[in-house]
Amino acid sequence: MLKDIQVLNEKETRGGFGEGIYEVGKKFPEAIVLTADLAGSFKLGPFIKEFPDRFIEVGIAEANMMGIAAGLTIGGKIPFTTTFANFSTGRVYDQIRQSIAYSNKNVKICASHAGLTLGEDGATHQILEDIGMMRMLPGMTVIVPCDFNQTKAATMAIASYQGPVYLRFGRPKWPNFTKEDGSDFVIGKAQVLSEGTDISIFACGHLVWKAIEAGRILEEKGYSVELINIHTIKPLDEEAIIKSISKTKCAVTCEEHNIYGGLGDCVGQVAAKNFPIPIEYVGTKDTFGESGTPEQLLKKYGLDSPDIVAAAEKVLARKNA
Amino acid sequence: MAQTNELRQIATQIRRDIVRMVHGVQSGHPGGSLGCTDFLTGLYFKIMQRNPGFSMDGINEDIFFLSNGHISPVFYSTLARAGYFDVKELATFRKINSRLQGHPTTHEHLPGIRVASGSLGQGMSVAIGAALAKKYNNDKHLVFSLHGDGELDEGQNWEAIMSAPHLKVDNLIATIDWNGQQIDGPTDKVMALGDLHIKFSAFGWIVLEMNGNDMDDVVAGLDKAKSLTGQGKPVVILMKTIMGKGVDFMEGHHEWHGIAPSDAQLANALGQLPETLGDY
Repeated sequence: MLKDIQVLNEKETRGGFGEGIYEVGKKFPEAIVLTADLAGSFKLGPFIKEFPDRFIEVGIAEANMMGIAAGLTIGGKIPFTTTFANFSTGRVYDQIRQSIAYSNKNVKICASHAGLTLGEDGATHQILEDIGMMRMLPGMTVIVPCDFNQTKAATMAIASYQGPVYLRFGRPKWPNFTKEDGSDFVIGKAQVLSEGTDISIFACGHLVWKAIEAGRILEEKGYSVELINIHTIKPLDEEAIIKSISKTKCAVTCEEHNIYGGLGDCVGQVAAKNFPIPIEYVGTKDTFGESGTPEQLLKKYGLDSPDIVAAAEKVLARKNA
Repeated sequence: MAQTNELRQIATQIRRDIVRMVHGVQSGHPGGSLGCTDFLTGLYFKIMQRNPGFSMDGINEDIFFLSNGHISPVFYSTLARAGYFDVKELATFRKINSRLQGHPTTHEHLPGIRVASGSLGQGMSVAIGAALAKKYNNDKHLVFSLHGDGELDEGQNWEAIMSAPHLKVDNLIATIDWNGQQIDGPTDKVMALGDLHIKFSAFGWIVLEMNGNDMDDVVAGLDKAKSLTGQGKPVVILMKTIMGKGVDFMEGHHEWHGIAPSDAQLANALGQLPETLGDY
C-alpha cells in the first residue's frame, strides 16, 4: 500500500548527484567532471576538493563542453557534463547528436534544474521538452530519478554503464523515500512502488512523489492502485508496462514535461502496440512555464496530486463506460 | 619515412582518388579535398607517429580529427593509402551500405575515424578533449586537427579557441584550411574573418603560417609546430591553400566546393594527375 511508503527526509535531487559523483570519483579513476560555470548548483564541492585534477571548468560554453567530453572518451575517460537541463539539451542538441550520440561516445550528460520545479527563474530555464529530445536520439539512455537517494544511485550506476546517458534531475528539496543504499534502482528496470488491480499510474522524476500522494487518496477511496516509477525512459521497461496494463486495463502517466514526447508518449505507444487501453496524461499541455514557487507552478499547470486523482477517476470512468 | 618526392607522388594519387570518387557517385566535395591533399599526405605519411592497425583510444600515438567533414574524399583516400582499409573500398564512397558515408562517421566502424563530423564547428572541442585525455594518460603524443576557414563562422569554434589556452592544451596542433572560399563565395564577402593571426594570438595561441600546397612547406611547417608544443599553449597553423588545387579548372573556384565533375571533366582532370600508386 502506498500509505506504507516512509519519507526519510526532504533533499534536493541535485544533492544526490553531488554525493553520487563523489563516490564515482573514488571508485572510477577515469571519471572526469566538467561544468559550464555551475559547480555550486551541482554540489560538486566534495568532488573538486578530493579530485581537483579531474574537474574541468569550461566556463559558460556548453557546446564546447559537450565536444570536449566527447574527445575525453577517446583515451578511455568517463566524462560527466554538468549544466542545467535546458543548456544540457536544447542549447547543444546538435553537439550531442553528432559528437556524442552518432559517434557513440561514453559521455554522461547530467542535467539539473529540469522542469517547472526550477521555480522562480521562469520559462527560459524550465525545459519541458528535454526528455523527448534525448529519447529520440538513437543509442541514448535516458534516466529520470525520483528523489535524492535514487539520483545518487543512478549517478553511480551510469559510471559503469557503457554508452551515452542523459540523467535528468532537479532543483528543489523533495521527499526522499527510496532506499538509501540505492539497491532498489536498476537501469532499465521499472520500480513497482505498489501493486494494484484497478489502475496503473506510471510516473517519473519529481512527479513520482505526487503520484504517491494521489495514489493514497485513491486508495482511501477504495481503488487498488498499481504505481510504477519509470525512472528509465529509455531503454523502456516495456514488459513491466504491458504486465501492469494487462491487469488494470487503464493508466495515467505523470511527468514534469510536455505531454508531447515524454513518458506519456512512451507508455501510449507501448499500449497501442500491445494492449490498447484508456490513458490519461498528466504533464504540461504544450505550453511554456513561468515564474513561481514549485508548488504554485505544479498546481497552476495541472501537475499536482489532485490533478493526478482527477485524471485517474476520469480514466477509470472511461474504462468502466 | 617518406621523402618529399614520394609524398608528392602519394598526393597525386590521392588527388586522382578524390576526383574519381566524387565522379563515381556524382556527389561529394572535391574543392576543399584537393586543397588539403598535400597537408593530409604530409601529416599521415611523414609527420604523425602512428601505430599499426587502428584503436579508437589512440593511446601512445598521434591522432587526427577532421572537423570540416565534407572533405571526406581526401580523408578516406589518405586513410586507405595509409593502410587503414583496402583502397578498393574507396569505390563505395557515398553509396548505399558503404562505410564511406558522405561525411565521416564512427557509426560504420571505418578504421581511422574517431568521431563523426560534418555539422561544422565541433571538431576543435573534440580535439581539445582528446588532447586532455592524453595528458591524463601521461601520453606524450599529439593531437592534430583540421578546420575550414568558413567553418570558423560557427561560434563553437570560438568557445574552443578561448578554452584551449586556458586549459593549457599544449599538445594540440590545429590547422585552418585558409582557402578564402565557402559555399556562397569568398569568405571576405560571406563573413569576413578579419586578421586570423591577430585573433588567434589574442586568444593565447602560438600562430604559424604555411603554404598548404607546397609539400616542403607543409612538412617544415608541421615540424615547426611540433617543436612548439609542450610550452603551455596550443598551436594553430594558418594554412594557405587553393581550393581545387591540382585540377586547373577547379582551382580557386568556390563553385567546386560541392559538385562532381562530368565524364569529360574527369578525363581532363585525370590527364593532369598521372597514376602513381595504382588506381583503386
